Amino acid sequence: MKKFDKERVLLAVAGPVIALVAAIVLTSIVLIASGKSPIEPYTLMLQQAGYSDVQVLILNQASMYYLAALAVAIGFRMNLFNIGVDGQYRLAAVITAVVGAHLALPSFLQIPVLLLVGMLTGALWSGIAGVLKVTRGVSEVVATIMLNSIATALIGYLTLSSVWGVQVGNNMTTGTMKKSGWFPGIDLGAEVGEIYGLVFLAVAMGVVYWIVLNRTRFGFDLRATGESETAAAASGVDAKKMVLTAMLISGAVAGLSGLPLLLGDAHTYSLSFPTGLGFTGITIALLGRNNPVGIAFAALLIAFLDKASPALDYATPVAYEKEIATIMQGLIVFAVVISYEAVRQWGLRRQQKRVGAELAAAAAALNNSEKKEVAAR
Amino acid sequence: MRTKSRKTTFSRAALAVTVLALAAAGCGKSSTESGGGGSSASAGTYSGKGIGLAYDVGGKGDQSFNDAAFAGFQKAEKEFGIGGRDVEPSDNESSADKVQRLEQLARAGYNPVIGVGFVYAPAVKEVAAKYPKVTFGIVDDDTVKAKNVADLLFDAEQSSYLAGVAAAKATKKHHIGFIGGVDVPLIHTFEAGFDQGARSVDPKIKIESQYLTQTAQEGGFSSPDKGKDAASGQIEAGADVIYHAAGLSGQGVIQSAAQHKVWAIGVDSDQYKQSSLADYKDWILGSALKNVGGAVYELTRSVVQGKPLSGEVRGDLKSGGVGFADSNPRYRAMKDVVAAVEKARQDIIDGKVTVEAR
Repeated sequence: MKKFDKERVLLAVAGPVIALVAAIVLTSIVLIASGKSPIEPYTLMLQQAGYSDVQVLILNQASMYYLAALAVAIGFRMNLFNIGVDGQYRLAAVITAVVGAHLALPSFLQIPVLLLVGMLTGALWSGIAGVLKVTRGVSEVVATIMLNSIATALIGYLTLSSVWGVQVGNNMTTGTMKKSGWFPGIDLGAEVGEIYGLVFLAVAMGVVYWIVLNRTRFGFDLRATGESETAAAASGVDAKKMVLTAMLISGAVAGLSGLPLLLGDAHTYSLSFPTGLGFTGITIALLGRNNPVGIAFAALLIAFLDKASPALDYATPVAYEKEIATIMQGLIVFAVVISYEAVRQWGLRRQQKRVGAELAAAAAALNNSEKKEVAAR
Repeated sequence: MRTKSRKTTFSRAALAVTVLALAAAGCGKSSTESGGGGSSASAGTYSGKGIGLAYDVGGKGDQSFNDAAFAGFQKAEKEFGIGGRDVEPSDNESSADKVQRLEQLARAGYNPVIGVGFVYAPAVKEVAAKYPKVTFGIVDDDTVKAKNVADLLFDAEQSSYLAGVAAAKATKKHHIGFIGGVDVPLIHTFEAGFDQGARSVDPKIKIESQYLTQTAQEGGFSSPDKGKDAASGQIEAGADVIYHAAGLSGQGVIQSAAQHKVWAIGVDSDQYKQSSLADYKDWILGSALKNVGGAVYELTRSVVQGKPLSGEVRGDLKSGGVGFADSNPRYRAMKDVVAAVEKARQDIIDGKVTVEAR
């Protein structure tokens, strides 16, 4: 059993590591091709990671990435591609902000209500795609992409001053949320900044994700349906119900991913609220192999690239383009997909070889026809 | 992708990540602490490092709003022999990143520090309070009130009014069009002024109106193809003068108008003179100017001279902060149009006409 584990860990780690190394090498080639130092940008960025205020930015951003990536990963485990995380979290953030601005309960009620509103809104939006898939067979990829656009238009409508919008200067906001809905963070002083309190929610969601997927009947059904719908159906799983449930849960988690910022810092949804978290979440879920720990590392890595790269613009004596980090993120996606496939095939070959060797050894030793290791996979 | 019997490995790893991340955040110096010393611009001698200019997403290279700011930045840099740093934001960022960016600029000794675009308002407010000796500028926002902050505002409705007058005078079909980049209050101002100006000439004029996208992130200010499609649509509908307030997307509007041989009206800078539009300039009736570059330059000058501007600095027709560019000889040849625009300009300056911003 122990040996088997080691093999699997090796395979699991090899993919991301190869992808990262490949991305770094390719980025360095780009740097050399443009006549710049292929090493200095990395040292500059690593230096940034040593600063406490940058660390806070990274951690805060990573918490949002983490939730978005978990939402994507839940879909992936079920063989569903929820591209709609982006629309789901933005819409959820708007509705949560509106509820937070108009509802005034004491904190211990207000915050759970807001979290619930975010989750329900996200679930509602992804649920549309889920219902379309199970009733009409509409691909969730197409449905969620379109729902992203519809969410944008809907948000545009909801933030009109005649609906729920409040104009501040030239910015369109949803009004400031009531103080009782502000989630307290860890204040590290004016120089450093504040860690969003909901970072802990992200961590907790990671644990819940792992427990539900690996330690419950539901999680088993979900993974089984993801691997083979027909096989799962044969063992009594209602595949349609699983698709819809997975979509709803994915949307609910997506609905949470904008909230660390909303409840921790912005306290209103405005034109400057970040967009695109959902798409970055796809990258992170891929890089983290849908594994809660892997996703955490991936989220921190991408957040690091985001937050450390602006310093490249200020570098002296030679300034670098901070787009280097963008190039790297793009290359990571490519490298991840390619290296995972390569590692998977390499792993299969290794396994076949090992099984073959064991078979041969067994045959030679005993000339017996059966050995239990063969059934290991 | 099996995941069984990893309970202990998992919980240990999860704990490690959490502890690492939380423990790591908050140790080490902050990046601003290790920066250089502060600056002071008191007593008339300028000792700052130069201008710090921070753009919004899709900043530099938009041939319009942001580039206008950059032009003022370059002019000031050259004229006063000071340094300067202009920085672009990254994707997915929140206000905290903008705060950090402005703080780095202020701490590094740049003065003034200017946020280009109203999204910088909360960040300017926060950082300005921490650096009372540095002058901050914020473009297109009047919500930040502080002694060391200059709100650089533009009455774009006034220049748009002139564009509306010119359009209504120049149209042959009594049918004109407006194309806005993004459906936001700032751009509504342009439309409001344009409509009022056009209707002052011809109350029954037909005005097409279209916004390219709902949010800036979708590329409303940066997609010439979207501008081109929208312009073709309006021209097919019958419009023969089209005014755009769409940043880089406006290049597509002007291109399409020129191909259909109808008038286009540019925005922000004098687009007749832009090299990228040289092929189409004959069809640029004029441009509604918004002198962001001038405002950046003036603010810098005031800081260098030791008398930093503060409070609302409003660019209107009177001050020359907004205006209507008449570089096209074909426009100047249309005497009645020129006369009408000139009269409207004078009326606004004299206060005989008030242009509504929305």
